[in-house]
This record gives sequence, C-alpha cells and structure tokens, in this order.
Amino acid sequence: MKSYEIVIIGGGPAGLAAALAAKESGVGSILILERDRELGGILNQCIHNGFGLHTFKEELTGPEYAYRFIEKVLEQKIEYKLNTMVMDITQSKIVTYMNRTEGMVHIQAKAIILAMGCRERPRGALNIPGFRPAGIFSAGTAQRLVNMEGYMPGREVVILGSGDIGLIMARRMTLEGAHVKVVAEIMPYSGGLKRNIVQCLDDFGIPLRLSHTIVDIRGVERVEGVTIAQVDEHMKPVPGTEEDYDCDTILLSVGLIPENELSNKINVQMNAVTSGPVVNESLETNVEGVFACGNVLHVHDLVDYVSEEAALAGKNAAKYVLGKFSGQENSAHTITLEAVDGVRYTVPKTVNIGRMEDTVKVRFRVGNVFKDSYVSVYYDDERVLHRKKIIMAPGEMEDITLDRKKLLGYPDLKKITVKIEKE
Amino acid sequence: MYDVVIIGAGVTGCCIARELSRYQLNACVVEKGDDVASGTSKANSGVIHSGFDAKPGSLMAKLNVEGNALLWKLAEELDFPVKKNGALVVATDEEEVKHLELLLDQARQNGVPGVRILSREEVMNMEPNLTDKTVAALYAPTGGVIDPFNLAIAMGENANVNGVEFRFETEVLQIRKKNGKYELETNHGTIETKCVVNAAGVYADKFHNMVSEEKIHITARKGEYLLFDKTVGDLFTASVFPVPGKMGKGILIAPTVHGNLYVGPTANDVEDKESTNTTQDILQVLTEKAKANHLSKRVIPMNKVITSFAGLRAHQDKHDFIVQEVPDAEYFFDAAGIESPGLTSSPAIGVMMAKMVSEKLKLKEKTGFVSARKGVLKPEKLTDEERNELIKKNPAYGNIICRCEMITEGEIVDAIHRPLGAKSMDSIKRRTRAGMGRCQAGFCTPRTMEILSRELRIDMTEITKKGGGSRLVVGKTKEL
Repeated sequence: MKSYEIVIIGGGPAGLAAALAAKESGVGSILILERDRELGGILNQCIHNGFGLHTFKEELTGPEYAYRFIEKVLEQKIEYKLNTMVMDITQSKIVTYMNRTEGMVHIQAKAIILAMGCRERPRGALNIPGFRPAGIFSAGTAQRLVNMEGYMPGREVVILGSGDIGLIMARRMTLEGAHVKVVAEIMPYSGGLKRNIVQCLDDFGIPLRLSHTIVDIRGVERVEGVTIAQVDEHMKPVPGTEEDYDCDTILLSVGLIPENELSNKINVQMNAVTSGPVVNESLETNVEGVFACGNVLHVHDLVDYVSEEAALAGKNAAKYVLGKFSGQENSAHTITLEAVDGVRYTVPKTVNIGRMEDTVKVRFRVGNVFKDSYVSVYYDDERVLHRKKIIMAPGEMEDITLDRKKLLGYPDLKKITVKIEKE
Repeated sequence: MYDVVIIGAGVTGCCIARELSRYQLNACVVEKGDDVASGTSKANSGVIHSGFDAKPGSLMAKLNVEGNALLWKLAEELDFPVKKNGALVVATDEEEVKHLELLLDQARQNGVPGVRILSREEVMNMEPNLTDKTVAALYAPTGGVIDPFNLAIAMGENANVNGVEFRFETEVLQIRKKNGKYELETNHGTIETKCVVNAAGVYADKFHNMVSEEKIHITARKGEYLLFDKTVGDLFTASVFPVPGKMGKGILIAPTVHGNLYVGPTANDVEDKESTNTTQDILQVLTEKAKANHLSKRVIPMNKVITSFAGLRAHQDKHDFIVQEVPDAEYFFDAAGIESPGLTSSPAIGVMMAKMVSEKLKLKEKTGFVSARKGVLKPEKLTDEERNELIKKNPAYGNIICRCEMITEGEIVDAIHRPLGAKSMDSIKRRTRAGMGRCQAGFCTPRTMEILSRELRIDMTEITKKGGGSRLVVGKTKEL
C-alpha cells in the first residue's frame, strides 16, 4: 500500500491552502484528492469579484483567487488527483479512493486533513409545499449551469433565501437578462453579507422580503408560479398575506451543510450547531492526526478566512507528522471555550496552551442581529475583553484572538466564555 | 391492430404486461407519462404488505397474500431490491390491544403466515426505539419493503424484452367500440385493439365509464410523506404502523429498502386527479406527528428531512380491487381501484388478469419467454477486486456522478441504454438513485444532464425532468 505523510480530502480553497502550508512546514509527501474535474472547488463557479480583499488586498474573482493557490501547488509540485472520489477512511488512516484510471485504491496516511466543503440545503429540508416541477434549483447548481456550462435555468425568477449564493445569483441572473422578481427570506434578517445585499439586490432594484417564505409552488411540468407569504415569529405563514408571483424558476439559497459523511465514518465528534467537527486549537478533531478546515468545519462567509484557517490546519498537520507535538505539550491543560448569550458556537472548541501558537484566532457566529452590543470574553469569571460592535449579524462571521502569553498568566483557567452583552 | 392494449404503465400495468408476455400476442402499453411508474406507482410507502389489513373475503385480501408470496421470488428472478423486515402494528393502550386481536383474526382468515401478537417485552426487544407507552404489537414477519418504482421498472423491462411494445407520452383521450374492436383515440393518433386492459390508476373510472353503463367511481386519495436522510434510517428495523383508522393504515414510520426513513402517508380525498402537490397544512400536520411522534421514543430530527412528496391512491367507492372483464363491455378488462396494498398485490393482479385475458383471447403460451432480468449493476455490492475489474473494462464505473448515493457514470449510462431506457432526469433517478440523496441532485444535475445529452444525442436544452414541458434549462446564456 502506498503511503503519504498527509492526505488532504478536497482540492478547494481549504485543501489547497492546507497543502501549501504543510509543504512550507517541511512535509514531503502530500496528496490532494479532488472529486471534481479541476482544483479550486466551488470558487471556479464564483466568477464575480470580491475575493481576496484580506489576503491579497485586491478584488479577485473566484477562479483568480483559486489560481493564486493552484499556481503555488503546481510550483511546489504537490501531488493531486482529479476526478477522484474518496470512498472511505478508517481510524487507522487508510484512505480508499476511486477514479476512472486507477479503480479502487487504498493508501496509508499519517495525517488526514478533511477539506470536503459543504453542500446546499435542498427544498425538502424546509418543507416547502407545492408541486415538484422542473425549474427548482439550488442557487449553486444554477450558478454552475450559468457560469461554467453556459445555460440559463430560466427567465422569470423568484429566489428563496438570502444567503450569499442566492444574492449573487440574483445579480448574475439579472445580468444574463433574466427577471428576478423577488428574494424572500424567512428570517427577519438576511443570511448574507451586507455588501451583497447592496451590490446584488439594491443596485438592481430587486426587492428583499424579510420574514417571508414560499407557501406554494405551481406548475406540474415546469414551474409556473409561486406564492409567498409573511411568517410570524414562529416561522408560521400568516394567513391573508399571500402574494402570487408568476415565474418559471425558483432558486433556493437556504443554507449550507458541511459534508461530513467521511468524518462520521471514523467517529469524528461533531458540533450540532455547525454540523462540522469539534476541533482544538490545532484544528485537530478528536481523532488524533485528523484535522479539519474550510466549510467542512464550519460554513464561512469569506474565502480569505478559509485560506487562513486551512493554512493553520496544514501547519499543524505538518507538526503532527514531523513529531513536533511533544508529549509535554499534550499534557498541558486544555481549556474549553463556551459559546453563550447570542454566540452560537466557537471554532476551535478547546485550547491547549502547550500546543497553541502565540495567538489563536477564535471564529464564531451570532444567532441574531445585535446592534450596539459588546463581544465579551471571560476567563472563568473574569471579563478580559469587552469590545463594542455597532452591528453583528448571523451572516457575518466574527472573531476574537486569544493570546498565549496572557493565558499563561491564568494557570488554573478552566473555561473561556464568549458572549454578547448589551453593555 | 393489437391483441391487447394496456392503458397505464404503472406497477399494475407493467405486471399485467409481463404476465401477458408469456403468450403469443401482439401487445402494447400506452402511458401518458414519459416512463413507467411515473404516476401513483412512483409515490407510495414502498411497503410489502403481509395481508392482515384487508377485509376477509375481499379480492384485496386474496391478491395481497398471493402478491406477497410472489414478490420474494420475483425479486430474485428480476433482480430488484427487497427486504423482509416485518411489520408491526403497535398498540399504546388496552383499547388498541383489542384491535390487535381483531387484526390477528383477520390475518388468520386471510391466510397470512406467521402473524402473532407480541408482548411489550418481546416487541421492545425487537425495536428498542419504540415508545415506552407500547403495550403490545401485532407482528407480521412477511411484511417487507421494496423500492416502489423498481418492481414496475423490472416488470416493464421484462415485458418489453418479451415483445410488449411501450408507447410513452401517449395519452388516451377516447375509447370507442367499433366493428368488434376497440379504437383508442390518443394524442398520437388512433390505436386499434381487440382487447383493452384498463390499468389507469386514478383514471381507471374514466376509461371504464367510457364503455360501460355500470359506472364506477374512483377518488384520488392524497398521501403526503416526509423522507429522511439515511443517517436516521436505523430508528426502526420493521415498518411500524399505528393501530389503523377509517381512512387507512395510518401514518407509519418505516425504513425504506435503501435505508432512509419516512413518515407518512396522510390521507385526504382530493378532487383534482393531478394534484400531486404537497400542502402547507398537511406538511405541518406531518411535521407535528413526526416531532411528537407517539410511536418512537427517539426524537425524529426534523433537520434530516431531505424531501417531501405526495402520491394519490386510486380509492374505489366500495374499497376493493376490481379485476374483471367488464360485464357489459366484452373484451374490456379493468384493473381498477388498485390502492394500497396495490404495490404488493400487483404481481398477483398480473397473473389473474393474464389468465382472464389469455382465456378470453385463447392465447397460446410462447416458447422462449425470458423470465429473468438483470437490474442496473450496482458496483457498491461488488468486492474491491470485482469493482476494479469492472472499472478496467469500463472506466465509467470509476467515475462518481451522484456524490450522496455514490452513483457512477456507468450506472447512469446503463440506465439510459437498457430496455425502456431512461430519457429524463427522473427516470434516471428511479433506476439508479442518482439525485435521490441528501443534496437532492444539487451536485449531479449538470453532470447527469451532460450524460443524457451525450448518450441520447440531444441538446442540453432538450433535457427534461420528466418529459413533456419539463425542460431543465431554457436556453444558452447570451441568447436572451
């Protein structure tokens, strides 16, 4: 059986950045396994700009951003396989993959980096009633059809959900000559970035109807229309608020789910909020030597954050295979992070001071829109951070930074709490 | 002119076609959809009923028990997946236990093998996730699960291989008896036949009433379902029924033959025989049922619903199957009112109908009837070595198209080129499960379209979801 020091599952932005960081940290044998036809993942269908503002201080398109990493992967001669599906992984880090030329292949890894990304929630997850005609697409599928295959899913469009892909597709379909009639969002706030609301809806005069959902889909063969209605605070449609729209297409942008089917095969502990693995400061899961990054870990709003996080996973996987996590570090005490009062989760979930770098960035999302509120961090009962934010929303990821030196001053620290406070 | 024309390529029509194809005859199935099993047969529970529910002495009871026995053999012969997982009717109070006794008596009268009442302890051992309120349960070991489409597909393919013609997207508009034969006026011209078999599901009354003075009436009874991800498919091993009510067997919780879990069906009579839409109110009811489910101890996670759908049962007013030569319309045969347990009964309906028709037409059995059929090859069932051999021979089996169900390009190509091959996205889905997984075809739609376009040599813009006007894309970009 062939063996590699690090096997990375997924050649999207997370997998690529992890591979590069691992290579820079001195790992020789790295293999990236990618199920699609090209490296770069979903970025390849994101032909709009706005990528890389943090990383490269310029506005790139998705393919351009991806290529910055692909180029380096090629330069570094990191091995990768395309059109290759990982069929199975085991606790002992045997990876089984399959492709047209090699068939079913088993390889041994010393470390595995999970970077499989996420998928879109389908209609069923929302229980949207009505017929099941052609013309209902998830926004990402439509994006692929338009941007990569060159086909128009439809001409008269209603979009459900104001996640970023839905917003981007509202603009994209408009630019391609379709008529986007309305974007309905069940929550009282958008799930997307503020900049996308402005640039993709407001700039094109596309209405966003908050606290609205689809209550009926008409059309037996092809979509003929939808009914949207307002919802109350329990998300139940309010009778009498129905509005009909004639359309031939419905795009769904109703959330992303990390693709953790492989992670589950080796009993990686999962976080019910993120649907991604629970990880420590090194982005390592409960299965030793298995790391996770990118949208398989938790759904990100900016790819820049994915790259940054993935680089950390790559670096730590390298440390792991090169034996740089010593026993002493492992024995140093572990602090748990707790997300409460408006904070839905944190990544990482635990911090081992012995193993952490000088700083650890902790990312999280809030569960509601908070105006003029504070992000607070408590070391046990002591408040050590109290940062005012004019606005925080579920669509935008937040972060705080933990400082190693500072943490060393609290030798008995058990718990770090992250919360939102009004004052 | 045909000897026999069967109206409807649902599971009933396909079973009749297959059994008739044992004889020397010229037969045709006309179907308004673009595929077999595209009406009622595509949306049901996929339960193989053992036969304890049907009223003793009814045709339903007889054909259910016979059909059940036939199915297991057919599954081997025609290579489609079935699982004998057993059925449980769970009583949660003493009143309901009395009802179990009635069912047991009924089961005995109907000749259902092995049915017995289990004590609380026995049933809890069998299904530890049953609610603590469980008092007892009726257990039918011959209950099973089946892929609802695959029986029709297998029977249809086999009938086709044995010479039965299929005309899809052909809707019968009018039936006339003329000069000792029937003329079927369709949207694609007139078809002449000696004999008609009416297996038109919810429309069986319409065709029957065109030729007979003794009118029948069929109500479309809608059932809505919630289908859950395979990750919760292990809740129960058996198909778990509540104690039945007036409208049917009640809302059950059961695993599918592929390991998903579902909750359903509801039962609501509807006017419109095309209304296969799900409805806000009923989905709400189902959701509440699933959440506060009184049969399961474990909470069914509602975020694991991957799709919801509705099907229509062809409920006949007298609540029994009608399998007959229509008394006042010679050479016109009905297979009408085939509601639950129609799927289970269909092989027996096929046998019964073929017997009646063959006797009427004095048909001779033919030599060279091909009784066996191989289903779409499932690479997942092979060992790694076998799989590698397969990929070496045909690399398309090394290319995963549907990521959720791990369906390869090879399987999709097979589905397209086999008898009664798939021509649309839904027909590929029914034959291979591509697109049926947790992402509901989000990833594989463009890929499957490409394969269909390549293999059928049609433009991407002509690919449909289910034939007719159900095109997936409306044109190329830059064309608007």
